[in-house]
Amino acid sequence: MNNINEIKKIIVNKPLKLDCGKIINDFPVAYETYGTLNKKKDNAILVFHALTGDQFVSDINPITKKDGWWSYAVGPEKAIDTKKYFVICANVIGGCMGSYGPSNINPATQKILGTNFPIITINDMVNAQYNLLEFFKIDQLFCVTGGSMGGMQVLQFVNNFPNKAKIAIPIACTASHSAQNIAFNELGRQSIMADTNWLNGNYANENSNPDKGLSVARMAAHITYLSKNGLQEKFGRKLQERDDLKFSFDADFQIESYLRYQGSVFVDRFDANSYLYITRAMDYFDLIKQHDGNLSKAFILSKTKFFIISFTSDWLYPTSENKDIVIALNAIGADVGFVEIKSDKGHDSFLLNVPEFLNTLKNYINNSY
Amino acid sequence: MKREFKIIADLVEKNTRVLDVGCGDGTLMEFLKDNKKIDIRGIEISKKNVQECVGKGLTVIEGDAEKDLIQFPDGSFDFVILSQTLQAFLNPEIVINELLRVGKKAIVTIPNFGFWKVRLHLLIKGTMPITKNLPDEWYNTPNIHMCSLKDFFNFCNIRKIQLVKSLALHNEKTSSISNINLNIKNLSAELGIFLIEK
Repeated sequence: MNNINEIKKIIVNKPLKLDCGKIINDFPVAYETYGTLNKKKDNAILVFHALTGDQFVSDINPITKKDGWWSYAVGPEKAIDTKKYFVICANVIGGCMGSYGPSNINPATQKILGTNFPIITINDMVNAQYNLLEFFKIDQLFCVTGGSMGGMQVLQFVNNFPNKAKIAIPIACTASHSAQNIAFNELGRQSIMADTNWLNGNYANENSNPDKGLSVARMAAHITYLSKNGLQEKFGRKLQERDDLKFSFDADFQIESYLRYQGSVFVDRFDANSYLYITRAMDYFDLIKQHDGNLSKAFILSKTKFFIISFTSDWLYPTSENKDIVIALNAIGADVGFVEIKSDKGHDSFLLNVPEFLNTLKNYINNSY
Repeated sequence: MKREFKIIADLVEKNTRVLDVGCGDGTLMEFLKDNKKIDIRGIEISKKNVQECVGKGLTVIEGDAEKDLIQFPDGSFDFVILSQTLQAFLNPEIVINELLRVGKKAIVTIPNFGFWKVRLHLLIKGTMPITKNLPDEWYNTPNIHMCSLKDFFNFCNIRKIQLVKSLALHNEKTSSISNINLNIKNLSAELGIFLIEK
């Protein structure tokens, strides 16, 4: 990767005991910030990214040269207004944008870790990022928010640090990863591992890369982020730069060409082993089980105000699973609001230009500050 | 703010926990929050209204009172408010039971189907009544379980639900309803406002 110097990092000196039992030490957490931390230090918003996100929430991502992944929501005068708030986002551990992950070098062997990297969990990711609060000397965040896996981190954060956020906005997520979602993640992992260039995870040391496997994983996952109606409306049975079917296995249909493109650009920016590790962390996420079947217990020590948002066409993290979080919070009399936004853009709705979502998010945040 | 809301607000004690069921655009919630230091929550079925409430800084969950009250523990609110929506539920009896389970007290307001104009409309015209409070045609009205003040009064008595306060509203004027004047109020009031308790 070029422009690697543009990545800000803290090196965490405190040992972190991972859920798998291993202890990591002196590991990097890469982050980016937007806006200015005020004198009272009460305007900080910690954004957690989703599976394939990174710390570059807004502006132009200096590595990919594309818009930050949440540019619709975060920026000057946007829903999360960087003129008003200080936005922090870190790359999760296990990721590939500067934080400790499988593409890091093992100092003992001078080789890239690959699958020698330990299995990490959502809990580990959150604990690693917590160090940023100490780095910025922030006693309490104004807000923690994120969609999808970012939402899971929001829930875990409030569980781990009950009074470190004034408000929490988990979006399009779940408290317990479903069988269907584990199944889709497994499909992606098997696709990567079936690529002969994966080399048991050692590809980076052998100058190889499982491009095809990673690309297929992305294609399959991408379908789950959209909705049937959304796909039908955007692509239908439209043909790709041709007047008729070619009677071959070329990309005759626009949807095929679109997915192939999504797969091909993804391999340029994402590490296959990171994909394995992060999807595994999502699968292992079960905040309900962490509390013996009673999700309410996760939040019982917290005074954090919650606002939960789901989308009508999101079948990956459906409204029912988001509502389970609302129910658990109401059961303990927590301050919780909830809205399901109408959108045909599927799970990806939270990343896209969905005005009702962005307005609601903006109103809730500004009214809570 | 409408007179009905002012009367409801007077029935709610200060510094209490209140749930507004079917809170609409949050007008009553906002008033209670600002004027009576109420810790107030709302539940509302319309997405547009929920978004409007969020815009006012109110804590509201999108949901259906008939299905979603179940998530609140027993006695988790001091007051539960249900304004002019009882008649729209598939099963008003279950809703009343739920209100009195979730709330220590409930405030229920009811458009009176016994109001003389309503009766006269049906008597003279022979068609389903349309009034200021009941503006819809029979085929598109959300009001599927209309009742009169007397019906509700009797309903509470039979089920041993205590009518702590029963008020009749007509032309912005309120008066008390009792066993003695029930038949008269049932004719003269447009709206009934009841503070009930199990």
